[in-house]
Amino acid sequence: MDEKKLAIVATKGTLDWGYPPFILASTAAALGYSVEIFFTFYGLQLLKKDLSHLRVSPLGNPAMPMPVPMPTLMMVLPGMEGMATSMMKSKMKAKGVASLEELRELCVEAEVRMVACQMTVDLFEFDTADFIDGIELGGAAAFFEFAGEADITLFI
Amino acid sequence: MVQEDKLLDARGLNCPLPILRTKKALGEMSAGQILKIVATDPGAVKDFEAFSKQTKNPLLDQAEAGGEFVFFIQKA
Repeated sequence: MDEKKLAIVATKGTLDWGYPPFILASTAAALGYSVEIFFTFYGLQLLKKDLSHLRVSPLGNPAMPMPVPMPTLMMVLPGMEGMATSMMKSKMKAKGVASLEELRELCVEAEVRMVACQMTVDLFEFDTADFIDGIELGGAAAFFEFAGEADITLFI
Repeated sequence: MVQEDKLLDARGLNCPLPILRTKKALGEMSAGQILKIVATDPGAVKDFEAFSKQTKNPLLDQAEAGGEFVFFIQKA
C-alpha cells in the first residue's frame, strides 16, 4: 500500500496561526505520511529564515485570553501587539510548546515538501533569498497535482 | 515489568514534541528493541496509543504515577 498523503494550504502569517500547519505536518510525517504544504498570501511569512517578526494581535481577536479584560479601543494603543506577542511566547516556553522555528526544522528533517505560491511571492514582492533553503515555487495547478491524490487536505 | 533498551525523557514537553522525539528515537533503534518514554503532557496518553496504532510499533505497556506518564514502545 502506498503511504498516506496530507496536503495543507497555509494562508496565515501570525505567530499563533503559524503553529497548526507545522504541528500537523510534522506529526503526520512522524506517522508515516508524505506531506506537502502550499504557502500562499500571508502564509509566505512562515517561510522566512528569520521568524522573529511574527506577531499575534489582540486587536480584532476577541477570543484571545487576556490577563485582564480590556476594551477593544485599548488594543490599538502602541505596544499592545508587542506585549501580546511576548506574553504568548513566554507562555509557550513555560508550557514546553516548541518554537515555530523548531517545528519547522522538524518538518524539514522529515522531508515535508514546502511550496511557495509564485503569484503571491510576486504580488507582495517577497525576496525568495529570504526563505529557508529547499523551498519550491509553484502555482495552483502544482498544488492540485499533490492534493488530488491526498487522503487529507487542510486549508489553514 | 518491561525492560527498555533506551530511555526518552519527554518531561516538560508539549504536543507534538513527545511524539516527534519518539519517532526520532525509534529511527535510531533496531527492530524488536524497546523504548521507554517518560512524559508529563496528559494528552500524550491518547497520542501514544494513536501513534502506536498508526505506525504499527506496539505499545507494550503504559502507566501513570505522580503526574508522569510512562510508555513502552517496541520498534516493529
